[in-house]
Amino acid sequence: MNETRQTLLEVRGLKKYFPIRKGLLRRVVGNVRAVDDVNFTIRRGETLSLVGESGCGKTTTSRCILRALTPTAGDVNFLTEKQRVVNIATVPKSQLRPLRRQMQMIFQDPYSSLNPRMTLLDIIGEPLLVNGVGTASDRRDRVEELLKLVGLPPEFMSRYPHAFSGGQRQRIGIARALALEPALIVADEPVSALDVSVQAQIINLMLELQEEMGLSYLFVAHDLSVVKHVSDRVAVMYVGKIVEIAGTEDIFQQPMHPYTEALLSAVPKPDPRLRSQRIILEGEVADPASPPSGCYFHPRCKHVIDRCRTESPVLEEVQPDRFVSCHRARELTLAGVQE
Amino acid sequence: MSVAIEPQEQETVSAQRIFVATQWQLMWWRFRKHKLAMIAAAIIILFYVGVVFADFLAYADPQISEAQRSLLPPQPIHWYDGDTFRPHVFGLTGKRDPKTFKRVYQPDPNLKVPLKLFAEGYEYKFLGLFKTNRHLLGVEGARAEDTIFLLGTDLQGRDLFSRLMLATQLSMVIGLAGVAMSLFLGILLGGLSGLYGGAVDNIIQRMIEIVRSIPTIPLWMALAAAVPTSWPITRVYFFITLILGIIGWTTLARVVRGRFLSLRTEDFVTAAELAGAGQMRIIFRHMVPSFLSHIIAATTLALPAMIIAETSLSFLGLGLRAPAISWGVLLQQAQNIQAVALSPWLLYPAIPVIVAVLAFNFLGDGLRDAADPYG
Repeated sequence: MNETRQTLLEVRGLKKYFPIRKGLLRRVVGNVRAVDDVNFTIRRGETLSLVGESGCGKTTTSRCILRALTPTAGDVNFLTEKQRVVNIATVPKSQLRPLRRQMQMIFQDPYSSLNPRMTLLDIIGEPLLVNGVGTASDRRDRVEELLKLVGLPPEFMSRYPHAFSGGQRQRIGIARALALEPALIVADEPVSALDVSVQAQIINLMLELQEEMGLSYLFVAHDLSVVKHVSDRVAVMYVGKIVEIAGTEDIFQQPMHPYTEALLSAVPKPDPRLRSQRIILEGEVADPASPPSGCYFHPRCKHVIDRCRTESPVLEEVQPDRFVSCHRARELTLAGVQE
Repeated sequence: MSVAIEPQEQETVSAQRIFVATQWQLMWWRFRKHKLAMIAAAIIILFYVGVVFADFLAYADPQISEAQRSLLPPQPIHWYDGDTFRPHVFGLTGKRDPKTFKRVYQPDPNLKVPLKLFAEGYEYKFLGLFKTNRHLLGVEGARAEDTIFLLGTDLQGRDLFSRLMLATQLSMVIGLAGVAMSLFLGILLGGLSGLYGGAVDNIIQRMIEIVRSIPTIPLWMALAAAVPTSWPITRVYFFITLILGIIGWTTLARVVRGRFLSLRTEDFVTAAELAGAGQMRIIFRHMVPSFLSHIIAATTLALPAMIIAETSLSFLGLGLRAPAISWGVLLQQAQNIQAVALSPWLLYPAIPVIVAVLAFNFLGDGLRDAADPYG
């Protein structure tokens, strides 16, 4: 991708631990390390996908970035409209509102993300209202415009969410996210609750809007075929840590982390002769409350060496713009997805 | 742009009506289908109309006693005088049976007392607003107190029908007041508990457990014993409501807490938060409308418990006492087997208690089913 693009968001050393409490006195007996030292950047106009199995910390990461959850440690540096860098992780709650105008979220479940007791006008107009944008009639005009933008007729404004299908609801959710013209949109599995036919429509809408408005996306997903279609770069997460970040082409053609390889082998292939190459990971996903020693992936890795069991790898730039967290990244040749 | 979705031609008028329907409309449409609840709602409305017009519906002064007409059995209305429609009751003569010492009453078919609508009777203040002496029913040329006894009289010779009207007023209102009290406490404490969590939640939840673990009857007895006998009825009345409220708030508090807890993690609440909505807006625009209907249903289901509580307290002599008139006070007269065996009409006040409690339960069931039209 274009190297000269500005960095919009930089996540450094992000951690989110959830304490485990036990007993009558609710003493902390341990931590679930949902997000454990995550680093990545998103450039302006770029789509970064965050992929991984369920429970690997993708959603927690995305919510920490928006400060829907307060991180335990780490920085989330965001470049504001005024070209100022603000650390969202530590900014006082009272100063969050102007920042939140610039970063919005699209939710996974189009049913629970829209208040069933409000009309579209109220739902999409809410970000405008609470941020004091325009008069009531201005807001109405803007909602009309937004509905057209996401491909819904403006006369649907007086309807309630129960009048709409899943795909239409997701369009409403997108319209709401766009209301304040944010620079960054965090999309938390925006299509995984939808029918496949509708998924394509929503994905294409998101791509069109990106082109039109210069949006950056953090696209959280587990469906790799969708990820391949939308993203510029891909970050792979495993048990709260990022194991590999690289350009989409690179990562799909030649992954450098054994976990990435295993994930890619699970992508459905049209050619039945290739299907036997699927790597079935043995064992369970590591428990983020008591992760294994060394590399978290070592109990399931077929390339494991002694060093993996004791020493945990760090995310290093193995090739230009390719970051991998594996001791054997330079020596292994792993299989990607053949075209 | 991707393919725009056009309003479909085949959308029927009724579908479009549903699409723009508010939650209250959706709830009403669903509630309407619940026949039993609709009937119950009508009965409840009737009861409360009775509450408003209690003095108008009564025809005899409920406090006037007369030894000469004690324990008079219910008196039938005769609709026709010969062939003409002229509702009337027969005059009565009473004398004491020399063997049993029981008073026996003999209707006199020649002494016809004609009934009259909107007759004048004892004077009362309508809803505390203005004085009037109009009553739905009365008699011509005599005092209603001396002539009509539709449901008979009690030991002191007071007209049971008129007393029942006023008892209904008091018992139904005390139920409402008790529920209002527990609603206030329940929403306040349950809301704090669900909203803040942590230590506040812990303290309030343990408090609820303690309140719920106290056996109710001894608690009532203790609290009732604390009411000085010299207090005027109004203050006793207020105190009883307070007791009912203090016991009843726990269930509602739990409902409210549960709702807050589940709504706090809802995506649409997070969305509002991310949009920059303040806490007040999130609570009153997003959370409260989402559980208001559940609260209404829970309140309706809490009402019969209040009514039963007041009735049993008064029946046991721990709640309201004469000269106050409530269902429990009326039923107190039916406490001994002799009274029930010889004058079974003294048990009639139990009927409205049962009907009201059942109606509230059915209404509450219907409301609960309709409360979440999106479920």
